[in-house]
This record gives sequence, structure tokens and C-alpha cells, in this order.
Amino acid sequence: MKRYPRLRALAATATTVPITLFGLVLVTFLIGRVVPIDPVLAIVGDRAPQDVVERARLDLGLDRPLPEQFLRYLGQIASGDLGRSVMTANPVTEDIARFFPATFELATLAIILAALVGVPLGVLAAVRQGTWIDQTVRLFCLIGHSLPVFVLGLLSLLLFYARLGWAPGPGRQGIAFDGMVDVRTGVLTLDAVLARDWPAFWDAVAHLAQPAGVLAFFSLAYIARMTRAFMLAELSSEYIITARAKGLSGGRIVWRHAFRNIAVPLVTVLALTYAGLLEGAVLTETIFSWPGLGQYLTVSLLNADMNAVLGATLVVGLIYVALNLLADLTYRLLDPRVR
Amino acid sequence: MSLPTTRRSALLAGSAAFAGAMFGPGSLPAAAQSPAGVIVMAKQIDDITSLDPAEAFEYTGTEIIGNVYRKLVTTPNSDPARLVGDLAESWSTPDSRVFTFVLKAGQKFASGAPVTAEDAAFSLRRLVALNKSPAFIINQFGFTKDNVDGRIRAMDARTLVLECGAPTSPTFLYYCLSAACASVVEKSVVMARAQGDDLGNGWLKQNSAGGGAYVLRGWRASESVMLDANPNADPQPRTRRIVIRHMLDSSAQLLGLQRGDIDIARNLAADQIIALRTDSRFKVMPQRKASLMYLSLSQRVPALQKQEVRQAIKLAIDYEGIQRNIVSTTYDVHQAFLPEGLPGALTERPFLQRVEEAKQLLRQAGHPDGLELALDYSSGPPVSDIAQAIQANLAQAGIRLRMIAGEMRQVITKTRARQHEIAIVRWGSDYFDPHSNAEAFSMNPDNSDNARNRTLAWRASWEIPEITARTAAAVTETDAARRVATYLALQREHQQVSPFVIMLQEIEVAVTRSAVSGLELGPMSDRTNYAGVVKA
Repeated sequence: MKRYPRLRALAATATTVPITLFGLVLVTFLIGRVVPIDPVLAIVGDRAPQDVVERARLDLGLDRPLPEQFLRYLGQIASGDLGRSVMTANPVTEDIARFFPATFELATLAIILAALVGVPLGVLAAVRQGTWIDQTVRLFCLIGHSLPVFVLGLLSLLLFYARLGWAPGPGRQGIAFDGMVDVRTGVLTLDAVLARDWPAFWDAVAHLAQPAGVLAFFSLAYIARMTRAFMLAELSSEYIITARAKGLSGGRIVWRHAFRNIAVPLVTVLALTYAGLLEGAVLTETIFSWPGLGQYLTVSLLNADMNAVLGATLVVGLIYVALNLLADLTYRLLDPRVR
Repeated sequence: MSLPTTRRSALLAGSAAFAGAMFGPGSLPAAAQSPAGVIVMAKQIDDITSLDPAEAFEYTGTEIIGNVYRKLVTTPNSDPARLVGDLAESWSTPDSRVFTFVLKAGQKFASGAPVTAEDAAFSLRRLVALNKSPAFIINQFGFTKDNVDGRIRAMDARTLVLECGAPTSPTFLYYCLSAACASVVEKSVVMARAQGDDLGNGWLKQNSAGGGAYVLRGWRASESVMLDANPNADPQPRTRRIVIRHMLDSSAQLLGLQRGDIDIARNLAADQIIALRTDSRFKVMPQRKASLMYLSLSQRVPALQKQEVRQAIKLAIDYEGIQRNIVSTTYDVHQAFLPEGLPGALTERPFLQRVEEAKQLLRQAGHPDGLELALDYSSGPPVSDIAQAIQANLAQAGIRLRMIAGEMRQVITKTRARQHEIAIVRWGSDYFDPHSNAEAFSMNPDNSDNARNRTLAWRASWEIPEITARTAAAVTETDAARRVATYLALQREHQQVSPFVIMLQEIEVAVTRSAVSGLELGPMSDRTNYAGVVKA
């Protein structure tokens, strides 16, 4: 194996991923069983007679020993069945297929905006360390990172929707477009493009702008701070001093040499931030009435809708694993030492 | 570093101006933006689990069912105690056991097919056979899966006969038949979509087959419900489409209302409602709901078994203060187990805060230095604020509360398992009859842990064979006036001896734009009526 490092890496990944996912399912399952809320309540309500309660308990298999319940659940997952959500009355896979694209659309636009603004801001702040530019960027980042996201969301709604009327209100689309675009991917903007329904597309973009902007502001604050820190460390390296002594231009030193070396940790920051956004920005989704995965997971948890909780948690786990793998692959592209 | 006074003042003034411009009353322009002919309602709708009348038992689900289906009989919101025919033209019983309903002629489903007695019989038989959560409302008249085919039958196209297991109070049966679960569905449409033995349940969860003012066009969980006017409704609803959008956040609902994107907001917070009460652009509509907030005092706790201690708790609480300071727009003080609006409700309020009397009672009970008890409560507002007020009130009398905050369902789980000492709980009536709450609060036929009937009295471990018998007898009282008198007497006794401190009755508040009229909020969710709602 020592002779085949790539094979070894592949083997490590092949064993780590299933173990991680198994651990995730096991822990979530156990939490679901020890949480002090009766899962039957979510199905039959508080007022159902005892025979209905008992029947629901049997239907859920809650009378079986815990290991048996877990094995049955694993069997279900293996066959692609995540069970049925009590709250929505749909198969959990169907719910996730509906809620996840909404989160994906929101998170993807947010991370693109955050990276496009946050990274240059961080680099600029590091290059101009100690100047008013640096102080302004740091203050901007401090506001973005320390203001709770729900305050940002409400302020944004007040200003851009209620006061100025520049943006539409909460929701994914306007009433006139509700249910008018055929669902193909679940990503509303993409579906509108595929349907060549341009009014619906612009309506979806307008509804997306505010929550994505809020999430982007929150995320770019972190990205810019990390970029600044990485860049400062890099700019104080000896090879940078040498480059300067050799008379290389400032832009070349920063972008060609220093930035390439911070790319690897920056990819980690971006991947983790993106994963966090995909996990669901619960508060943003709540304020903007955005039917995403975070809201689905939270409401399911509060209602002890355990099939939905387990299914959504599994998806979140898969997202983290997938983004970690993607980050690993990107390291190989960016850093020759990792190859 | 401190800023010079002038700069600091300027900053403060700037902030205040910004805040004033943003949050100040009447600062936001309202513009009619929701489409003409469409009413947009903002509401928290994530409690919907099914829109099948035989299964739905949550507030929003039953509200929608009330607008999509019709029942044999109902009660008008203007006089909720009066029974009127909905699909039924007349109803009679010779012996309080066999009931005959004659349907009105010419009634149609949304499909255009006539409503027949067989549809009504099928709907009730289906409810019993499926035996989902609300089925007990009809099953309590002696119907079971095995006997229901013989006992609920259509005699001809317009005559339906119900044969109860035993003589019962006619009003009890009629009020139960006015519940959402007794809605009439179109048999041929439902059975055409049946899968296996589900009697169309899988399809009817997300579709409709009724004859109400509206037809269900679509339900997307935690997103929206869309209703279209039923072309065969008579009279026609005044608005062609109702869109109910899920909005969890009350601030977002308020902003939408102020901008004119929303016509009706259903879940505004108390302070937001107060601010809008004086704004002529909006109308505030309060309606008492058949929903109570109370303390359950577990009789498994030796100290709480003492009548003096229970009475001391009832006398230590400042009901008026809690209502005025915490829930002035959303709750009113109510101290009996039947909420105001239901037949037989007692409106007397015997308990006012009398701390000295409470202390005296504690001394008599052998607790001169007070005592310590645990209070379970839901951590969300307004219950958390009420819990703190109760803690302060009881502390004045010498009762120290250990506060245990939890999720609402966590508190319910604990009370259902009889593991609480004191808990703040909410209870909504299941159907529009006094027995719904009377059974819950004052019947406990079996106090053992394995009891079949686990009422609220059972959850409080309150062993009451004599009161249970009297409550059961009230159900069979065929004279309506005597029945009401029985419930009034039961409530007076219950107030004094029970381990329940009934404190508040919920008031639902809808806020509409001033151009919107005709919305009727009912005392029960299924009585909330959209048929007359229209915007100018």
C-alpha cells in the first residue's frame, strides 16, 4: 500500500465515509429515542384516545427493543426509504427533494456573493494593514459577524421591503406566480429558465436577493476576517520579503505568490461556510418564510417527527462529507505537496 | 475613548431618527398590492398534518376543512349555542337513540353531483372505520367498525338514520355532528382514489371532495394552502381565491400587512396588535376561542392532595394582573372548565388574589413555612412570562417554585406520563359540546396507570368516582335546559375542589386591512368562515 498513496487515500475515504454516516445515523437515532418528547404525540396529537395512541406506537415499532428498531431503520435506509413525515404526510425523501433545493439555491447564491466580496476585502485589509481601509473593513466584518442574523434579516425587510419598496416581501415567489412554474429541479430560478418563463424568473430572483444578501453579509464577514488573517501571516514570510527585495510588483507578490499559498486554508473556510449554509439558515428561512431544509429540520425536531429529523440529518451529514471530499480534491489541485 | 458630547449627541439623534423612521407608527406606506379577487392570508400553518376530515385534528387543518366541506348540522357564529341545519333540513328522534336526518333538496358537491344521504352515511362510516384521532367524537355513541354499517344507513336519497348504542342527549349528538370530522365527503370521488383499505385517506390528505364554499386547490406543507371558489356553492363565496401563506414570524406578517401584500394577518404579537388598534388602515378582530390555559396540580404530590394547599394556590395568583400586563389582547380571565361561548359555560370568577388568606390556608394545611414545588412550563412566550408571574405570586404566599422550562410537547409528554408536580398547560375543546371539556376535566373512571381513558383528570391523578358518575349522567340528560344546569353546578364545584387552576381563555385576533370585510372567526377553528370575506 505504501507504494500506492492514491490507492491508500481512496481506501481511507471508502472506509471513513460509511463509518461517519453510520455514526451520524446512530447518534441521531439515539437522540431521537431519548429526547423527552413522545413521538406518538406528533402523529395523533394530545387529545387522541388511548387506543389510537397505542396503535400509533405499534405502527412506529416503538414497542420493539431499541437495537431492533435501529436495525429496521438501517434496512429502510438501505432500500432508499427514509419513512414518512408525520407533519407533511409525505415520504421524507419527497420532502427533502422539495425543501433542499430551496436551501441549495439560497446558500449557493449567498456563498458566491460572500466569496466574491469577502476574499478581496480580506486581502485588501491585510495589504493595507493599520490604515483606515483596514479599520473600515474590520468594522464592517465586526458588524456582519456580531449582529444576529435575524436582526439583519428584519432590518433588511424593514428597509428594502417595507420602507423603500425595492424588494418583494417574504416567500419564494409572488402570489401571481405561486405554483405557475413546473417543478423540474426544485431550484426555482433554474426551473423558470428551463420553462422560459422570464417574468417568473425575475420574480424568483427578486425574492432570492434579500435573504441571500443577508446570508452573504453574515458569511462574508467571517470569510474576510479569515482571509485577512491568512494573508497577514503569509505577507510576513521570508519569501515575500525576498520577493520585495528582488523588486517584484505589489500586485504580483500579493496575488501570484501570497494568495496562492493561502488558497488551501481558504478553501477549507469556504467549504465549511457553504456546508453551514446548506445545513439550513433557520432564522433567515423563518424571517423570509423560505421553505428550506433548516426550517424543515427545526420544525420536525420540535414536533418529534423523527423520520423527518433522521432523514434531514442524514442529508446534512452527506453534505458535510461531500464538501470535505471536494475540499480534499481541491487541495490536490492547489497544492503540489498534497499530490 | 469617549466621544465629544456634540458628536455623541449627533450620533444618538441620528440613530433615534433612523429608528423612528423605521419603526414609528404609521411610517410605512400601505399600498394595495395583493391581486384583485384574491385574499392573501398570513398564518402559521405548519400544524397541518392532513386535510382529510376523518383524520385532521389540528387548528389550521380543521379550519380549512370547515371551508371546504359541509356537515349535517352546524352552529352560527352569531349565536353559537343554536343548532341550525347545514346539509340537513330537519332532524328528529323518537327515543333519543335512533335519529333521523332529512337532507335539503338540491345540494351539490363541488363536482356538481348531488349530495345524497348515502354520501353522509359513507362519511360517518368511513370516520369510524378509519378510527383516526377524531373518530372518538362519533365512536362515543356506540359505533364500532363492526356495527357501523348497520347502525348508520341511508334510507333513501335524502333520509339518513343513526342508531346510537344507548339513549343519549340529542343536543350532545347534534353538537358532535357539527364537528369537522363529521364533514360529508363525496363517496364516488373518494372511493375512486382508494388504495387498498385506506378508504381514500392517502388521497384525501391533500385533496378535497366536499361541497363547502371552497375547493382545495393545493397544500404545500409549511408553505401555502390555496383555495378556489366552489362553482357549485350556494351562495357563492365572495372571493374567487384564498391564498394562505405560511409565515412563522409575526414581524414579517406585520410588514406584509402594512405593505398591502397581505390582506389578513392571523398571528401578530400582542404589542403589534396594540399598535394597530388605533390605525384606521387596519381592523382588529378579536374572537374568544374554546381554549383554556390552566395549572394542573398533580395529586401524586402529597402536599397538593390537601384541599387547603390547592385553594391557597388558587388564591395566591393575580389573574387580572397577568391578563392585563402580559396577555391583554390574546387572553381573558376565565376560571371554569367550559370556555365562554360554549353552551353551559360558567362566567363567574370566584378567585381574586388574596395573599393573606392563602398564607392562612397553608398554615392550616401544616405548612407554616411554606413549601417547595416544581413547575413545568413551555419556554416560549407568553407561557414563559406567565410562569414567572405565577412564581412571583406564589412566592408571596410562601410557595417556592422550581422552574422547569421545556418545549411545549415535552411538557405535554410529562403530564401524560403523570410525572409533573405543577404544569402550565393549554387545552382546546375537541367538539362544540359541554361534554368535551367536562369529560376531560371532571371524569376519571379508572385512576390506575393502565387506564384506557386518560383524561386531564387522570393526568392529574385525581380520583373522583362520584363526580365522574355525575359528569357521565349529564350526557344522557335529554332535557337541554336541565343539562345546562347540571354543567353549571359541576363547574362551580369543580372550581372549589379540583386540582386545576383554570386561569385564562384564549382570544384569537385577526388583523385585516380596512378594505377587507366579511371574515368570521369562530369559537372553534372549524367555525372560522371565509365565504363572506371580500376586499373592496
